[in-house]
Amino acid sequence: MTDKIINWTKSDDAKVEDAIRRGASRRDLLKLMLASGVAVTAGSAIFGRASSAVAGTPVSGGHFKAAGLSSSNADTLDPAKASNGTDYVRCCSLYNRLTVIDGSGVPQMELAEKLESKDAKTWTATLRKGVTYHDGKALTSDDVVFALNRHLDPSVGSKVAKIAAQFAEIKAVDPSTVEIVLEAANADLPFILALQHFMIVQDGTTDFSKGIGTGPFTLETFEPGVRSIMKKNQNYWKPGLPHIDSFEFFAIGDDNARVNALLAGDIHLAAAINPRSTKLVESQSGFELSKSTNGNYTNLNIRLDMNKPEFVTGMKYLINRDQIISSALRGDGEIGNDQPISPANVYHNADLKPKEFDPDKAKHYFEKAGVLGQSIPVITSDAAGNAVDMAMIVQAAGADIGLNLDVQRVPSDGYWSKYWLKAPIHFGNIDPRPTPDIFFSLLYASNAPWNESQYKSPKFDKMLLEARGMLDQTKRHEIYNEMQTMISDDAGTIIPAYITNADALSTKVKGLLTNPVAGMMGYSMAEHIWLES
Amino acid sequence: MNSEIGRLILKRLGIAIITLVIVSFAVFFTTNMLPGDTATILLGQAATPEAVAGLREAMHLNDPAITRFFHWAFGFVTGDLGKSYANNMEISTLIGNRFLNTLELAAITTVIAVPFALTLGITSAVARGSLYDRIVTVLTIGVISVPEFVIASTAVLIFAVYLRWLPAISFVNEIHSVSDMLRMYAMPVVTLTFVVSAQIIRMTRAAVIETLDTPYVEMALLKGASRSRMVLRHALPNALGPIVNALALSLSYLIGGVIIIETIFNYPGIAKLMVDAVATRDLPLIQTCAVIFCAGYLILITIADIIAIISNPRLRK
Repeated sequence: MTDKIINWTKSDDAKVEDAIRRGASRRDLLKLMLASGVAVTAGSAIFGRASSAVAGTPVSGGHFKAAGLSSSNADTLDPAKASNGTDYVRCCSLYNRLTVIDGSGVPQMELAEKLESKDAKTWTATLRKGVTYHDGKALTSDDVVFALNRHLDPSVGSKVAKIAAQFAEIKAVDPSTVEIVLEAANADLPFILALQHFMIVQDGTTDFSKGIGTGPFTLETFEPGVRSIMKKNQNYWKPGLPHIDSFEFFAIGDDNARVNALLAGDIHLAAAINPRSTKLVESQSGFELSKSTNGNYTNLNIRLDMNKPEFVTGMKYLINRDQIISSALRGDGEIGNDQPISPANVYHNADLKPKEFDPDKAKHYFEKAGVLGQSIPVITSDAAGNAVDMAMIVQAAGADIGLNLDVQRVPSDGYWSKYWLKAPIHFGNIDPRPTPDIFFSLLYASNAPWNESQYKSPKFDKMLLEARGMLDQTKRHEIYNEMQTMISDDAGTIIPAYITNADALSTKVKGLLTNPVAGMMGYSMAEHIWLES
Repeated sequence: MNSEIGRLILKRLGIAIITLVIVSFAVFFTTNMLPGDTATILLGQAATPEAVAGLREAMHLNDPAITRFFHWAFGFVTGDLGKSYANNMEISTLIGNRFLNTLELAAITTVIAVPFALTLGITSAVARGSLYDRIVTVLTIGVISVPEFVIASTAVLIFAVYLRWLPAISFVNEIHSVSDMLRMYAMPVVTLTFVVSAQIIRMTRAAVIETLDTPYVEMALLKGASRSRMVLRHALPNALGPIVNALALSLSYLIGGVIIIETIFNYPGIAKLMVDAVATRDLPLIQTCAVIFCAGYLILITIADIIAIISNPRLRK
């Protein structure tokens, strides 16, 4: 047996490492290597090398310091109001939810032991026994009823009030059983309950600044806009977790300052670093990147009710997706095919290919639409990440074939209420959602509140309803595949790429896996990582 | 002389109160004119009409603007700063620590920057036209011209990232010893010292040179006064007026205007708090910060005027 490997590069290491992080078994890896022509005998050497980054025996102890990217006086520990990564990280450390999305995008049980339904309309959740809050009280079904029902109260200001509106009735059957009746069948409930907003809090809580939950950490200090410090929950119900003794989280808004703080050794992890800094981090020893594509995207919206259909089609051919990834995103992106379900989602339609960059074809459509020679306003803003760079790329491509795109850059403040959804051609930015149903209901159904291109199709609406209550997965996949094709071909939302998130971390941090929900291991890194001394 | 100063302080106090009322009124109504309110901003993209209406109701945002203003003003006068719209915490809790941090940074910078700047300003005025004077002038103009974020970022790159002598960000909550304090404050204080001293040096130099040219200084010279006596006893007291005013302006900047330093060093001060408050349209918080900045400015300017009067024999009568 030989350990000598030829044609093996650093990027192959990264590929294998990524596969291991995503949960690939030894057998999967051997397949991957056979496919790339590496002799099987060398397999063990590669596996050993790449997995040293992710495997190893957890060590307990240590103070973990991580910096997110935004924090203000609006920071909150109320899961219903949580609105950004900083809030989510804190909520994931203090509380638990009924279900949680695992590394491969599948919901697993957390506070619920079982979540069952025969018709996808009436669900029964059986709660885990022996779970206690930080103050010693036991978890009961009343807490779950309270925690879910409060999203329906408008004075709470819940971010997910729209999603919670489908809860018709939530009642405690006995201290460890909750019955959730939905307005209509929805097979996605296990995904929905895994949203950070549906964390379980104690019945009757009004003051959330104490952060009392059942989660891996207890709150020590919380200063909105400054920082939070948490201590390990000694009575945590998950055996052996968390590994670290304490967890400090704050935000460094300035991109460069965040990277500098990491490189200077002041923090262990800098979340979501700017693509401009990735090279710098990679070139320093002792630091690495954890990349995950979670389905966040910036898209160009062309309202179908204000533009000719030929123009919309032409624009889809005028988008140079590869250039957008390589220049606007500096390589940190996966190519998109004009529909919102990214490869991070189990329902992604991999057979649907992105449209080629084809200026001649685009010109043909523009001639048909009669738009050449006119000045066409395109609204862009820094409010939607990378939208300004993307607009420049499309404008240049248009100029080459005589299409005059008048790119107007407007301020971030007020962009979402003034321009987004309203301007005839504008950019949007959509955060990942857990299920196709939520994406489609929110963005593409005829009555969708954020129908960015005013796409309306009775057939699509019918399919959406049909798939929603369907427990048969094969059938469901088929319907969702077709719906993705319909959006890609007919809607006016051009989604050139799904943006890759890169967290930069010290190599002392071990056990950080990727999660399709978001960076920082789906916001719950503190529960799982350990620090090498 | 004492009655003169007493009258001045009383007059200043009256003006200060009127100014504070006008400023808080103006800040309140200009903030009200910004698009959106706390409810729409907190809900962000999730702002459906029903959700916004519900949250507005809960936050009492539906009361007329004037009612909310008087509610805040009455509370402020009686010592109750109210609660933040954005997170429902007491404003005094939110501001308390951060205001202390700001004062701490301002105080340390003042202690270092003022003697440093005065010494350089006075000595370069005395040695007017010499090589030393020219070097000081070129350096101060250089520092005025380079924006502070360039100085700060370069310092971070050199001292934190490459040399690793100092932390890249200021963990002011983790100061346990004098050496911690020196390490944490080194870069922010040095950067701020550069920014504020440059102005003071220029102003001091100009004012001292002007008085050195006056007939009474020439008289002192003819009487045979020593060089130091001539400068410190005869020239400086008469130049002090403009110098303390320049000092007051620079120091008031340290209270409200150090947003760039706070951002780069992630220093939890009050300037960033006010910027966040404006972004979330958190009126009670904006108001309180505005009053603090305004009061700080007025206090410093009044002190500067009093010093100018006491030091200047002619103003003293």
